[in-house]
Amino acid sequence: MKIEQLKYKTSDEVDFVIIGSGAAGGILAKELSTNGFRVVVLEQGPYLTEADYTHNEIKVLGEDLLTNHQKLQPTTFRKTPQDKAKQQRALVYGRSVGGTSVHFTANFWRFHEIDFIERGKVGAIPGANLVDWPIRYADLEPYYTKVEWEIGVSGLAGASPFDPPRSKPYPMPPLPVKSSGVIFERAAQKLGWNPFPAPMAILSQPRPGRSACVNCGFCLSFGCEVGAKSSSLVAAIRVAEKTGRCEIRPDSYVHRIETDARGRATGAAYFDRDKNTHLQKAKAVIVCANGAETPRLLLMSANAQFPNGLANNSSGVVGKNLMLNSAAISMGVFEHPLNDYKGFAVSRILHDFYELDAQKVGFYGGGGLDGRFDATPIGFALNGLPPDAPKWGSAFKKTLAENYTRTMEVFSHGTSLPREENSFSLDPELKDAWGLPALRMTYKDHPDDLKLAKWLNDRALELLDAAGARKKWSYPITEQEFAVHLLGTCRMGNDPKTSVIDSDHRTHDVKNLFLCDGSSFVTSGRGQPTMTIEALAFRAADRITALAKSGEISA
Amino acid sequence: MINELSRRRFLFQAGIGVSAAWASAHWPELVAAATHAHQAAQSGAAYKFEFFTPAEAAEIDALSARIIPTDDTPGAREAGVVYFIDRALVTFGSGDQQKYRDGLPELQSQVRAKFPGVEKFSDLTPDLQDELLHVIEASQTEQTPARRLSSARTFLEALRVATISGFLIDPEAGLGNRGGAGWKVIGREPAHSFQPPFGYYDKDYPGWQPAPKMADKE
Repeated sequence: MKIEQLKYKTSDEVDFVIIGSGAAGGILAKELSTNGFRVVVLEQGPYLTEADYTHNEIKVLGEDLLTNHQKLQPTTFRKTPQDKAKQQRALVYGRSVGGTSVHFTANFWRFHEIDFIERGKVGAIPGANLVDWPIRYADLEPYYTKVEWEIGVSGLAGASPFDPPRSKPYPMPPLPVKSSGVIFERAAQKLGWNPFPAPMAILSQPRPGRSACVNCGFCLSFGCEVGAKSSSLVAAIRVAEKTGRCEIRPDSYVHRIETDARGRATGAAYFDRDKNTHLQKAKAVIVCANGAETPRLLLMSANAQFPNGLANNSSGVVGKNLMLNSAAISMGVFEHPLNDYKGFAVSRILHDFYELDAQKVGFYGGGGLDGRFDATPIGFALNGLPPDAPKWGSAFKKTLAENYTRTMEVFSHGTSLPREENSFSLDPELKDAWGLPALRMTYKDHPDDLKLAKWLNDRALELLDAAGARKKWSYPITEQEFAVHLLGTCRMGNDPKTSVIDSDHRTHDVKNLFLCDGSSFVTSGRGQPTMTIEALAFRAADRITALAKSGEISA
Repeated sequence: MINELSRRRFLFQAGIGVSAAWASAHWPELVAAATHAHQAAQSGAAYKFEFFTPAEAAEIDALSARIIPTDDTPGAREAGVVYFIDRALVTFGSGDQQKYRDGLPELQSQVRAKFPGVEKFSDLTPDLQDELLHVIEASQTEQTPARRLSSARTFLEALRVATISGFLIDPEAGLGNRGGAGWKVIGREPAHSFQPPFGYYDKDYPGWQPAPKMADKE
């Protein structure tokens, strides 16, 4: 159900060109077009809708139907700036209209107050570049509420004693509980913890044009065929298109933001499907291309005025302070079938360890646990059995048949400390299929991040013990070399010397250039960034609207 | 080297396991391969292999039947895995061709070395087939200069991934995994819409209540 829409000419100077149609770009498109502005959204990937989505794991995952393409868009990785990067797949992000919100798990945790002010509370941490946000939870609270009501989030307000204050309850009740959720809840309560229904950006009740979740079981990594998962496509972009002022232009790979002699952005240069170059003119440019592609685009847009990359003169931190969120996974096998392949991924979580006492545990950090199952059949057979399970033969088949319906995961999500040397940058040698510099990731976890992952994982194992799992095991916790959450690479701040954007999401160096996505983050939160990306986008839309109406963008 | 957790987040949690060995996968060809296997299995007529000779196909069939055997439930053979692999090797899985070209003859030379007078893997009894596979598998941990062992192992690992993929691929719309045999074995219902209760543990769930500790405080 693609909505017929207007087409702008590239020579039309629209009010805003938005680069990226994901969690942030979709919401900014909706808000700004609703507010009366003329908007073009340039999306790198194709315009896929419900009819194009499929449950086939090989098309979706092996072929990158919905994600950055590992062959056309190769990447490199190194641990430190001193190393030479080697080619390997370093990250995954959504690459179709709706971006990563099409295929995400849809865990929708608000940040808590502490996430914005932690540096002030815990002080300096050696080896980390931890600072506080220029905004507070209270600034974002109305926008978290807006996300829940406008985008569609199911949950139970007040269920967690650790929840931050909220101005309204959730718009709809939690999704049904899964067997993994019941097991998780009972075991956690036995241990004196406070499990609660997971807030999820998946509809438990239908909305106009969107079904409630039908529990198909192909959720994480897949697009939702019934519109129940609250992607920016179904929840925001269709609203934007209906205003008659917003054009979504897919297959448009932006490779350069152009600037004029005054150092103002004039538009975005992009390749179309046939690799022809166009320049979409705009009064202002908003980059929502994700925490990897946003800094890459700024770095690729370097020119004589901005030799280190666009909006990178004052601070030099574009692409730096990358955070991934620490993570750990433990698996448990139970006596009876859970059939957890049915439904969405997560139905119960807990936040008892959101804020750990560094004096007691010996490291900085905090996080949450969730109970889930998110494996596809082939993926489970190849990677979901215990390490000592047979690999072939009748015993393998028997283990597979036993475990597939009886396995659940306890997933630990936690903080990452920002380190300036962790970054996305341009690889000096490798090019993508368009001849553009490949993304190079440099990443080495802060030691506290690994200690936190291990500590949380020990709680996960305790939980599986308390639950009576007949077998449990964990995936090894080692330094991360693969990025799913892409955070902090164009951080927000009041000081132009140490941050890229101000609290209005405007770059310090280019007055009509705005950035909004995971790159805007100052801290990593506890592992579920999309809710905050969307709240920031709603807030940014208000701020940008106010600036535009007062003439401060065009001045 | 991608570390284990990242690999799991990517391969398993993101469910992309198949792409490691089948990195060159192209979906249309995969569908064709699966449909091919489906039709071949249904027609009952002699099937014309595209990559394997009939003799090689018999070896692959025997090998994949040891990876996922037929016992009280269907195995790779009933799911038509050999046809799936044959089609794959001339299309999306063509990057694996050399592994099969090198690996199968190496494996057969091991058959002859271990069981003098026997030429082919498929001529061995299932017990002896398993015995040989265990020897090759165990050789993984040995420091051995024998290139034959390593190419036989590489081949067997590729064959294992291919067999599992052909066995468990989504059967909907006739796309392989003949008759949904693989999903039946693992206990996955073929529907794509479910209602709670889903499993044993949520069937008598009384509804969410706050943790007792929290309730006591109030």
